[in-house]
Amino acid sequence: MANTYTLIQAQTLTTSAASVTFSSIPATYTDLVLRVSARTDYAGPNDLMIMTFNGTGGTSYSTTTLIGNGSTVVSNRTTSAANIRNGWVDGATATTSTFNNAEIYIPSYTVSQNKPVSNFSVAENNSASAADAYINANAGLATITAAITSIAFASINASNFVSTSSFYLYGIKNS
Amino acid sequence: MTKAIEVNCTTGEVTERDLTAEEIAAQEAAQAQAEADRAAAEAEAATKAIAKAELLKRLGITADEAALLIA
Repeated sequence: MANTYTLIQAQTLTTSAASVTFSSIPATYTDLVLRVSARTDYAGPNDLMIMTFNGTGGTSYSTTTLIGNGSTVVSNRTTSAANIRNGWVDGATATTSTFNNAEIYIPSYTVSQNKPVSNFSVAENNSASAADAYINANAGLATITAAITSIAFASINASNFVSTSSFYLYGIKNS
Repeated sequence: MTKAIEVNCTTGEVTERDLTAEEIAAQEAAQAQAEADRAAAEAEAATKAIAKAELLKRLGITADEAALLIA
């Protein structure tokens, strides 16, 4: 059980940005938690947020995804990928001013082993159309054994996070 | 030019800069992968739809009737 839940840094965008990175993350916590509320300028109702660690791409990541919207459920998996997939984000044609919300948990981020990641997120379009409200559960793995010192978010469609998208990084200590 | 925002968690300094050529290349690769995934998913769905239609035709029932069988 966590004894602390400390805000390390937060960033609320005042302009659009293709990527948001937390760098020089201190190694003084046990686990990391990220809370994200984001929207992109992707030309559709839903975009997909991706995440990388320590500037590493290549084939270091896998993600198992479960997505439901009330009528359809889809499960898929990516392996040997260049990023972890973090679920849907509202896009440009989603209802105005709607944002996704996501919680990403990274346990034991300084331990010399591969890094598992869990993500739970919702892209809520505030619409009567069930197909516009997605819930995502993702299990990710990064085959990176070094401590995580930076975390970067981007859109898989190379779109931009819009202004007022917010990113919060918390540290958790178990003692 | 698209921007990258970097927050230094030790100093609190926020840096805004243009994407590097390497970052743009990574973006393009991710985008290509996303498009390939979408195409593969659409192809899989189309294949399943054709197989379903052929099966219903062989059975001589409609999709609604098939749904009744498994309800």
